[in-house]
Amino acid sequence: MAKKRELLRGAEIFCRALKDEGVKHLFGYPGGAVLHIYDELYKQDAVEHILVRHEQGATHAADGYARATGKPGVVLVTSGPGATNAVTGIATAYMDSIPLVVFTGQVPTQVIGNDAFQEVDAIGITRPCVKHNFLVKNVKDLAITIKKAFYIATTGRPGPVVVDIPKDITADTCEYDYPDTITLRSYRPVAKGNLWQMKKAAQLILSAKKPMIYTGGGVILSAASGELTEFTRLLGYPITNTLMGLGAFPATDKQFIGMLGMHGTYEANMGMHYCDVLIAIGARFDDRVTGDLEKFCPYAKIVQIDVDPASIAKNVPVDIPIVGDVKNVLTDLIDLLKNSNDKPDAKALKAWWQQVHDWAALDCLQFDRSSQVIKPQYVIEKLWELTQGDAYVTSDVGQHQMWAAQFYKFDKPRRWINSGGLGTMGFGLPAAMGVKLAFPDETVVCITGEASLVMCIQELSTCLQYETPIKIISLNNRYMGMVRQWQEFFYSGRYSNSYMEALPDFVKMAESYGHVGLRIEETSAVEGALKEALALEERTVLVDFVTDQTENVYPMIAAGKGQHEMHLSTDRELA
Amino acid sequence: MRHILSLLMENEAGALSRVSGLFSARAFNIESLTVAPTEDPTISRMTLVTSGSDAIIEQITKQLNKLVDVVKVIDLNEYRHIERELMLIKLAAKKEDRDEIKLMVDIFRGRIIDVSENTYTIEMTGTGEKLDAFIATLDEDMILEVVRSGISGISRGNTAIQS
Repeated sequence: MAKKRELLRGAEIFCRALKDEGVKHLFGYPGGAVLHIYDELYKQDAVEHILVRHEQGATHAADGYARATGKPGVVLVTSGPGATNAVTGIATAYMDSIPLVVFTGQVPTQVIGNDAFQEVDAIGITRPCVKHNFLVKNVKDLAITIKKAFYIATTGRPGPVVVDIPKDITADTCEYDYPDTITLRSYRPVAKGNLWQMKKAAQLILSAKKPMIYTGGGVILSAASGELTEFTRLLGYPITNTLMGLGAFPATDKQFIGMLGMHGTYEANMGMHYCDVLIAIGARFDDRVTGDLEKFCPYAKIVQIDVDPASIAKNVPVDIPIVGDVKNVLTDLIDLLKNSNDKPDAKALKAWWQQVHDWAALDCLQFDRSSQVIKPQYVIEKLWELTQGDAYVTSDVGQHQMWAAQFYKFDKPRRWINSGGLGTMGFGLPAAMGVKLAFPDETVVCITGEASLVMCIQELSTCLQYETPIKIISLNNRYMGMVRQWQEFFYSGRYSNSYMEALPDFVKMAESYGHVGLRIEETSAVEGALKEALALEERTVLVDFVTDQTENVYPMIAAGKGQHEMHLSTDRELA
Repeated sequence: MRHILSLLMENEAGALSRVSGLFSARAFNIESLTVAPTEDPTISRMTLVTSGSDAIIEQITKQLNKLVDVVKVIDLNEYRHIERELMLIKLAAKKEDRDEIKLMVDIFRGRIIDVSENTYTIEMTGTGEKLDAFIATLDEDMILEVVRSGISGISRGNTAIQS
């Protein structure tokens, strides 16, 4: 029987397609080019529109929503400045492979290219920071393009997709037909790993004397935490996660040796440097992980598993590449390992673990717990204790982000939400809002600093309007802390423009937006303040912790150094 | 090393800029690039000449394959192949030089396709090297205008690239 076809306007098609795609939340901001769509949104209730206060906030909120749920985040903005304001959020999602579908309004097709009011070449501007983008030139293409956008955004290596819709398209009519599935001849992500490669990998993995498992955000994107945990426990090997990969393996597990990279643990970085077999899973050998490529993993044979062939051997040559979805590949590898006659070399492994424990004994994350001045690490440690490691934690970018990654031990995937690749200040607050909309009953915390926080502070209004009671933990050191740290280390302490003068009164600011504000200046008050903030379940609370201005993030590998060349702290150097 | 890459891609507006944008964004070399629709009007074929180490060429190939509009990428260096370039060249042809020019054009198997009082316009195809060699035989002052198409390439024998 032929499907019933109705004649709909483009704007109606847009709303129906989102509904048929199962979209529940649409983050957006209206404007001239999308007014037909907003009129249709007004008439329906399948999709809830979240009115942000700046388009950057819309993309970050949708991004946070996507990271927490695994579903695509959906954004609607107008043409011109609406589109350009969204670009930072799109680039943020692109760098971390987060599925977003961003709809940008466009001036009517007849005037495209005429420098019309609020016209910008959104396709051209976003091209380098999207997985793909589309300009819809005929209303007949609208539904199928939306289908393609969601399909491309969410499959293979996920990423943001922009759909640019001229205003006249939203007024034109055609029959509506939304396909259930779609195939594209030019886009066919690989799902399963090559069996021959996996057999070789299993053999190499079992032959290791000093193995290391190094995993990234790809494990979380592939929903493969269960498989990774089984794989790691089966082997008994040490595991480290990248900044993007935290939570894919339980941080409190004894096999977990901390994050690696520039501010990773000593044991993780030394383990990387001296390992003889490196098993890289859904990780892309980012420069913040590898340090100097010439010195990277000099003794290791490398197995790399990634869904994106272009990620494999991009920065570091790989001995056994496996292209495929991490979840599928790990499932197959687990089978191969279980059915293999070989077993991990228990004796060698014991000696290797001893070495790892010796490195760990240096206690590289120690800080002064007796300090009267609030140590930022202490705040996060307490937060972790009080939330039992179970909160959704978003962050902004800088020192607080690193401390959150080091001191909040994530046992579950999708709990740690930060801008790893692009490093976007201003991400944390709107992202937390997006997470809270997805999980209204969960505790959602934004760990931030006073510099990052103000970059998207306007979203406090959105938090009030949509009743998303998040907890904002601001580690206020009156500096752009990470900039100050680099200036201290590498610019002889010339603190050029890193001091945050003329800060607002954050308590009053929170209050003026209708929220609760607290200012905490002493270590002894930290725990009480966190408890108070968490207890106010119905309110957004901003806690302004006045922290030690001079605290640095340690340990640290200076840019361009090898993983074995770490600094432990200002007064603790390695021999 | 120099590589000739052949791409089949969706004949969509913007597909070309995705490819050229990729090369500039990732700092890959691009020596020449030609593109035109194929016998299937929904597919364009691009021939792209680039150079780099094996690792870079591998990365270029992978990144091109990753573009959603790209249906297929072939490195023609992996096949026996033929490459050709079309050149149109306008020469100042004085009366006393005309015989010599005509002779050289014949030797290089080109054709004179337009003649004016003072000029010859010549059409010539061949490898880039051959076209360079022809230009080298000419007196620099004689050359008024050179238009080169960039390389087009195809594999020899039974191998055929299809979408």
